[in-house]
Amino acid sequence: MAATVERVIVSSNPENSMSLQKALSAASPLTLRIVAECPVTKARACDLTLPHCTVNTPVFMPVGTQGTLKGITVDQLESLGCQICLGNTYHLGMRPGPDLIVKAKGLHGFMNWKRNLLTDSGGFQMVSLVELSEVTEEGVNFKSPYDGKEILLSPEKSISIQNSLGSDIMMQLDDVVSSTVKGPRVEEAMHRSIRWLDRCIAANKNPDKQNLFAIIQGGLDAELRKACLKEMTQRDVSGFAIGGLSGGEEKNDFWRMVTLSTDHLPQEKPRYLMGVGYAVDLVVCVALGCDMFDCVFPTRTARFGSALVPWGSLQVKQKQYAKDFLPIDPDCHCPTCKRHSRAYLHALFKSDTAAMHHVTVHNIAYQVSDGKHLIKLAKLFKFCLV
Amino acid sequence: MKLELSRVIQGGARLGVLQGIGRTGQHSLKVPGCLLYTHFGTVPHLTQDTLQTVNNLPSVTQVTLSNIAEHQEVLEEFKEGFKAFAGLHNTVLYCSLHDPATRSPTGYATNKTVSVWGSGGRIELTASKFMALLKTVKPDWYQSMADGETWQTNTSRKRIRKSVDRTLAYLDECLLVHQKSQDLDGVELFGVVEGGDVMEERVRSARETAKRPVAGFCLDGLQTGSVDQALRTQLITSMTTELPEDKPRLLQGVGRPDEVLACVEAGVDLFEGFFPFQVTERGCALCFNYDVSPDPECAVLELNEEKHSAGDNMQPKGDLNCEDQTQMTSFEMNLKDKRYQDDFKSLVEGCGCYCCKNHQRAYLHHLLVTNELLAGVLLMIHNMTHYQNFFGAVREALATDKMDLLKKRVHGETRNT
Repeated sequence: MAATVERVIVSSNPENSMSLQKALSAASPLTLRIVAECPVTKARACDLTLPHCTVNTPVFMPVGTQGTLKGITVDQLESLGCQICLGNTYHLGMRPGPDLIVKAKGLHGFMNWKRNLLTDSGGFQMVSLVELSEVTEEGVNFKSPYDGKEILLSPEKSISIQNSLGSDIMMQLDDVVSSTVKGPRVEEAMHRSIRWLDRCIAANKNPDKQNLFAIIQGGLDAELRKACLKEMTQRDVSGFAIGGLSGGEEKNDFWRMVTLSTDHLPQEKPRYLMGVGYAVDLVVCVALGCDMFDCVFPTRTARFGSALVPWGSLQVKQKQYAKDFLPIDPDCHCPTCKRHSRAYLHALFKSDTAAMHHVTVHNIAYQVSDGKHLIKLAKLFKFCLV
Repeated sequence: MKLELSRVIQGGARLGVLQGIGRTGQHSLKVPGCLLYTHFGTVPHLTQDTLQTVNNLPSVTQVTLSNIAEHQEVLEEFKEGFKAFAGLHNTVLYCSLHDPATRSPTGYATNKTVSVWGSGGRIELTASKFMALLKTVKPDWYQSMADGETWQTNTSRKRIRKSVDRTLAYLDECLLVHQKSQDLDGVELFGVVEGGDVMEERVRSARETAKRPVAGFCLDGLQTGSVDQALRTQLITSMTTELPEDKPRLLQGVGRPDEVLACVEAGVDLFEGFFPFQVTERGCALCFNYDVSPDPECAVLELNEEKHSAGDNMQPKGDLNCEDQTQMTSFEMNLKDKRYQDDFKSLVEGCGCYCCKNHQRAYLHHLLVTNELLAGVLLMIHNMTHYQNFFGAVREALATDKMDLLKKRVHGETRNT
């Protein structure tokens, strides 16, 4: 499904604008409007219109793995400014299963989330649960950790589950290989991912309501990446994810692959860098031309008492904060910082789980507003304001 | 504080309002009523945003020294009292000794000290340390130090007598300090009545405590599981006979709806609001009927359905001697049960709380099965709402002579008027 594009400002390259007009098509479940572009870096600020609402990019998407953002209600999430969050196909496919979610009117209905949802394919669990899985051309064979049953997650099965979940953006099932792996396996995985992309496109039962994103693979090999980009950009998908990174590779290799990918991805479709969430990486990768990000880090680290702040992080459970009567960040306007001090939260961690929720709320506010700060920055560089 | 009673039912139950509470005297609390149960000033699982979705929250927030004692140094450095430290605005702060939702070990009280258990272990308190702690906390109202280690069955009469003597001695020491402290000016002190399960000791304790200049009375040592309700009613009645009518009575450690009803009828005004928390912790939702409005037929059908088909691990209604407070009662539904897997109804029809307005049983079931934190948040909201509404029903029943009907509803005994 091609993305509809609206080019509102004149880019520095007139040739581009001409070919872009050709990309305009009839109603699609995704529209990207580039609002501002940085003249120095590849950063851009966009309005990404999806079936449930418009998302302002650059955007950080919090992760609600099992149909909930740990400890946070959908109302809280909405008031924190979140316009899109993630659900996990593997976990939800296991519990409660796609049939029940269909009965509940999709994942939106089940969670009662009125804004956008992005579901991953379940593929990343291949890397993280690799002892339990085996990859073949057909798909990934899992042994369910809940009842020991053998399951095959094929491209068709993944899309079928995601169709049942009804997410606004679905991810293709890709053959994921850790970025630390070298050798022929990387090339094999890249080619297979292309074949699986085609199977995913064919399997999508709701192309007019649900977008499908391709995931660029190729590890840390520039030639493999370019080959993958060349092939995948020929497919009719709404957007592209840059996959196979953020898995422990060297930072210099990491950003090189990111910038290589954005160089070869179409301007008029969104770029989603998967699994990237540390603040520094977010800023760099926005400058390298990425629009969307997700990571469990901010919400997971919150539960350990780690609060994210502009100068790094603050371990609120540490002794030094026992008598610190400032809020986590005096400049933060989130509900936690408006009412509570580090000292109170430090003490509360000994008494109630709500302490985790307070820090989670703060971290989501921080990460989401991070994106908004980046949008403001990007707008400062623009040629004309819309 | 001033207790204004609008009705006193023969035999004990009272209906009214506790006026002029808080240092500024601007708050009130309807009785019979319950306090807002917290851990260190936070309602379990809830932040301010989620807490505010609950309507008619009690105006009195309860904190306990078992949570607070270990933080004395921090509070002393903070200087401005616990309310400010916890970000509590516009509420009355009541400080009790123990957390009503957990059983403290026995065998630690001495003639001069009692113990509380914090996250780091046991903390011993003398009366002077107790009072120093309270001056740092700066509550609006607190209970006197007390030896309530008599709740276990087979506590000897000798031990019970000692607990009465000690508690009176602690009270006198606390009063001395209280009356001399400017810091505690305008702060109310409740005396604690002990006496285990021995009628004479209960009478003695009540009589003696009533002689002291206290603002009201805590009835201790009668926690759920310590005695059966029949005996509890008798013991309460023996105490209230000795207590002045115009001062409030707070019963500690009792929260089950059937026990609440019986104790209200025996003359109790206030309860600690910990029961919804216990229900939440076992993954259950309160669903018992408390509707005494003119046309109850529809409400009755819906709610009774849950109880009649509730699971096997349910505690039989008659057995009130169960030591284990974590056991599910007949007033709740166990959402982990498979039957709720594809049940798309709200928890309780007509509840109106945030959870019931926005989510379904199937979703709660999923959250519990997957051990998700949101389950606790949503259940706490629902259970608190249901429980608060129940207290509203108790007051309405007292005002309109419908206590018998309410009892029947709560016990699930009727399907028709």
